[in-house]
This record gives sequence, structure tokens and C-alpha cells, in this order.
Amino acid sequence: MAQAGSAAAEMAKDDGEHAGVAATNAQRAFWLLLSLGALLVIALASIAVGSKPIAIETVLEALFRYDDSNDHAIIMALRVPRTILGLVVGAALGLAGALIQALTRNPLADPGILGVNAGASFFVMLAVGLFGFTSINSYIWFAFAGAIFATVIVYAIGAVGRGAATPIRLTLAGIAIGAVLSGITSGLALLNPQTFDRLRFWGAGSLTAPGYDNIVIIAPFVAVGIVLALIAARPLNAIALGDDLAASLGANITRTRSIVIVAVTLLAGAATAAAGPIGFIGLMVPHVARWIVGPDQRWILAFTLVLSPSLLLASDIIGRVVMRPGELQVGIVTAFVGAPVLILLARRRKVSGL
Amino acid sequence: MSGLQTSAVDFGRPIGVLRLWGGRLSQRLDLRTLMLCGIMLVLSLAIALVTLASGEFKVSLGEVAGALVGQATARVHMVVVEWRLPRTSLALIMGAALGVSGAIFQSLTRNPLGSPDVIGFNAGAYSGALIVIVLLNGSFYAVAGGALAGGILSALLVYVLAWRGGVQGFRLIIVGIGVSAMLTSLNTYLMLRADLEVAMAAAVWGVGSLNGMTLERLWQVAAVLALLLPAALFLSRPMRQLELGDDAARSLGVNAERTRLAMTVVGVALTATVTAAAGPISFVALAAPQIARRLTGSAGVALLPSAAMGALLLTAADYLAQRAFAPTQLPVGIVTVSIGGLYFAWLLMREAKR
Repeated sequence: MAQAGSAAAEMAKDDGEHAGVAATNAQRAFWLLLSLGALLVIALASIAVGSKPIAIETVLEALFRYDDSNDHAIIMALRVPRTILGLVVGAALGLAGALIQALTRNPLADPGILGVNAGASFFVMLAVGLFGFTSINSYIWFAFAGAIFATVIVYAIGAVGRGAATPIRLTLAGIAIGAVLSGITSGLALLNPQTFDRLRFWGAGSLTAPGYDNIVIIAPFVAVGIVLALIAARPLNAIALGDDLAASLGANITRTRSIVIVAVTLLAGAATAAAGPIGFIGLMVPHVARWIVGPDQRWILAFTLVLSPSLLLASDIIGRVVMRPGELQVGIVTAFVGAPVLILLARRRKVSGL
Repeated sequence: MSGLQTSAVDFGRPIGVLRLWGGRLSQRLDLRTLMLCGIMLVLSLAIALVTLASGEFKVSLGEVAGALVGQATARVHMVVVEWRLPRTSLALIMGAALGVSGAIFQSLTRNPLGSPDVIGFNAGAYSGALIVIVLLNGSFYAVAGGALAGGILSALLVYVLAWRGGVQGFRLIIVGIGVSAMLTSLNTYLMLRADLEVAMAAAVWGVGSLNGMTLERLWQVAAVLALLLPAALFLSRPMRQLELGDDAARSLGVNAERTRLAMTVVGVALTATVTAAAGPISFVALAAPQIARRLTGSAGVALLPSAAMGALLLTAADYLAQRAFAPTQLPVGIVTVSIGGLYFAWLLMREAKR
């Protein structure tokens, strides 16, 4: 695949010539701490802001001295779980995106590239249209199963033949299977208005599922995914140099790829199951992180882990505020918050040697 | 020195050289590619003939041929020429247009995921159409106009935002991601606020459909494409040289920026024509160049095979869209993604096994 190779070469060259805004580890650590502080502020704001404004003191009281008042109940039963869900989903989507971009070395790759979103939507469509499930909480297992189902097929197709599945074959297999599943999904949905209706709301992506149930379901999968991502960070640095060079440096390419694919499936699958397909975060945040810290995957993953939930929660807050008393789905807001930043960054950088 | 000769240089595959007027016009021809293009074209025409013959009102192939040359009963003439011919001919030429457009963008971005979507065209066209359908409740031509305006404005926006003393593939991709994400979110929002019936009608437009095509529309589309497709073929050679990188292309006498602009304009115009007439039929532009590349065994994407493959894909998809669940007529876009995806997956596996 000559084209993909040259795109990858361009990216690698691009990274090499621009070490990032933060050039030393001390600067990177400083920026990371700053981002963490921002995330904390955003998380508190996410608890305080809503259709009923609650003072920040009351928020802190509810968190540390809960007294069963009306405000405290709103906070603990609705806003805290929503914020936690946002943290978990945001982190998972961002990490999945960073991993898949590092693996495929393709700037257009998002967590959905392995078929996760298409698989989840397909199974949710089946759940609603064929089996008549209607409660939001019953979607989560279908969506998760669909995400894993799709990734397994994509991997099986990518791994056919001699040698291991190469990133480019996985990408193309992902496109193919994603197309098949989304075609069937929209075809069947268009035949059944009720399914279509539910699917269009699920497909917008939101954090509104009440209570802690969804968090409890996805947390273990996300935790495993994060651990796998951290294990893969160092070998991914080697793989960025090209397969042959990486092998000569002692990186086990096949094992790293398998780890990354499992991690992406768990992270993106769990996030999509809980919040619907919100693709843009995983696409955008790794680019921003790469511009801040340069090509080292360990720093990229760390920054992505902090920046992604910040973007998701900030978008969720804005979505609650702009259309009071109604709400705008977080999946819709995310692009409007994130995309201008992405475009500005793409324009501000010095002309790079592509 | 006139006529078709075999090449003096060994390219490792049969290459012919066509010389005319004593060598004043000479063109190297890859015989295997030409043969495959011919086969694809014959197949497309055969499928088109079968499509013309089949339907609720059965017509024999002989009667179809008679109707095409103007020797049939009034009834057969009406069914074949006035009802079925516009749709089938449109499938042929639109498929070719989409294939060429995809090849241009994949060469431009040097990325197998490259398509007019990259510069936000399809998302913008959908936004324009949705605004007309959902907010203004417009007619067919209003929707076509809205789609054209939306798509072209978005493409312009991406090009302008990505311009900094020239447009580079990488920055174009990133800016395109950002603008597309915002437009997609806008589309989701418009779909959510629309009534269910309106939303479903919009969704049918959104997957692309050839239902209800008239002779009038065929002439309009054919006139535009008759200008655009030859224009695209003239870009074939500078496009190849640009794939070598800007510097190498310049040293061969190619004006890199002007070529890129011409490629973008022609690529967008091709997709725009199809989208205005039938909605954003997806996957043909993405898959046709890749499938053709694999069949011909050429180094990069090429325009002529992509056109032939696009025509074949869309005519086959159109036949299935009409007949698979007859009398229910599927939107052709659903079939292109499902069948195209399956075929693409099969091709990937076959290629891997070799």
C-alpha cells in the first residue's frame, strides 16, 4: 500500500521535525499538571451547572457532608454519576483514538475504524427492531457485544493469509465491515419507523443514562483497556520507526499489535456502549496531544487521558446550558467545541515539511 | 512508426505503445489494464441490459434491444426507455463519476481513506439538503440546489482554512476532519429536531437513491459529466507526477499548486453532480479505486479503471436495490455500502491468501 506508506512517512517526518510545544520533560510535566487542574475544575463545574443552578459550596458539601436535602440528592443521584460517566467515557475514547492512530499511523483513523461504532449500532438496531428492547439500560450489552463482534470479524479478515494482520489491512477490513454493517443497519431502520426513531437518538451520543449502573458495567473493561494501553506505549514508540527497525530494536510487533487491538476494542466498545457513538474525541485529542508533546507515545497517552475527558465534560456542560431548559446531546456539542481548536492548531503551526 | 506496437522497455507486464501521425501522438498503454477496463465495461452494460428487462412488467432482452433502437410497441417503449433507461444510464455514468472522483482524492491526499468526504463535501451537501428538507420543506430541485450549495461552500471553507501559502495534504486532512465533524453534528441536530416522517425522508436522501429518475434529469447529469470526465482524464498524468512529491513533480515541470487546485475542483464537481441528482451515494468513490487497483495490479490509483469499476459497482448495486426485496425498493446507497463492503472484504482476504 504505497499511499498509506507515504502518508505514514509524512506523519513520521512531521513529528520528527516538530518536537512539540513542550520540548523538555519538565515542561511536559508542567503542562500535564496544568491540564489535570483544568480537568478538576471542569469536573466540579459539571456537577454545579445544570438546569437547576447549584452553588459551588453546596456542591462541595454534598460531596463531603451529604445531608439528603433536595440539592444534595440531585447532585449525588444525577450529576455525579453523569460526571463520572463523562470522565470514564472521555478517557476511554481518547485513549482508543491515540492507540489506533499510533498503530495504523494514519491521521484519519478514529476508534470506529475497527468497526466498533458500526457493530454497536447494528446490535442496538437488532435489539430495538427485532427483539423489542426499549430501555436505554438494555442497549449497553447489545452495543458492547456488537462492538466486539465487529472487531473480531475485522481482525479475522485482516489476519487471513500468511503473516500477521498489518495495520493497513486492518484499516481496509474495518472500512469494509463497517460499511456492510452500517448499510444493513440503515436499511432495516428505514423499513421500521420506531427503530429508526430510537436509533437516531441513540446515535447522537449522550451521557444522560441515570445512576451508576452503566459506570459499574463499563469500568472494569475500561480499566483493563487503560492498563493494556500503558503496556503498549513503549513498543509503540519503536513501531513508529517502521516495522523492520522496530523488530531490530527488540520490539515484538505482533504482540504489541494484538495488545493494542484488544485495548481499543475494550475502550471504544465500552465507551460506545455507555454513551453512544461519539467519534470525534478519539480523532481529535491525540492530534492535539501530539502537537503539545511531540512523538513520544507515553506522553501522548498521558495527555490524551487528561484532555479527552476535559473536552467531553466541557461539551456536556455547554450542551446543558445553551438550550435551557432543553439539552443538546454531548455528541453534537463535542464537534463544535473541539473542531475549531483543531483547525486553529492546524493553521497556527509553522509550515511543516510534508 | 504508426499503430500499436509492443514496448521496447520491459515493464514486467504487457505494455503497448500507440503511435499516431508518425509518432507525433504517442501513448503508452498497459494492455492488462485496458483489457480489465473492457471486461468491466462489458459487464456493466450486460447488467444494465438485464436491469432494463426486469421489473414488475417483464420485458425480454430482445424487446429491450428493440426499444433502444426505436423499434418496439408504445407500451414497451414507455417502460424501457422512459421509465427504466434514465435510472440505469444514470447508474452507469454516476458510478464512473464517483470512481474517478475517489481516485482523484486518494491520489491528492495520498491516503486510501481519501474521498471527497475528506474536504467536507458530503457532510456539507447533507447539511444543505437537510436545511432545505427539514426547515424549508423544499421540492426536488430545491434540495438539489441546497445540497450543491452546502457541499461546495464546505469544500471551499476547508480549502481556504487549509491554505497557508499553499495547501498540503496533511493540513487539508486535519482541517477537513474538523469541518466535517461540525457539519455532521449539525446534521445530527437537524435530524433530531425534525418530525419522524421528515427525518426518514431526509435519511433516504442521505444514503443516496436512484428512485424516480427521469429522462430530463438524465440529460442534465449527462451534459455536465460529458464535460467533467474528459477534463479529469487530462489530469491523469500530472496527478501521477504529483504522487512523487511536490519537489519531484516540480522538477518534471508540473505546477504543484495549480494541479492540486484543478484536481480538487474536478473531483468536487464530479461528486457534486452525483450528489445533487441522487444524494450522497457512499462507498463507490472510496472502494472503486482500491478494487480497481487490486485487479489491475497497478502501483497507484488510476482514473480509467476506477471509472469502469465505479460504473460496474453502481449498476450492480442498482439492480440489487430494485430486485433484492422487490416490490420494496431500497435506496441504492444502502446496497453500495453493503455489497461493496462484502466484495471489498472478500478481495482483501483473497489478496492475503496469495
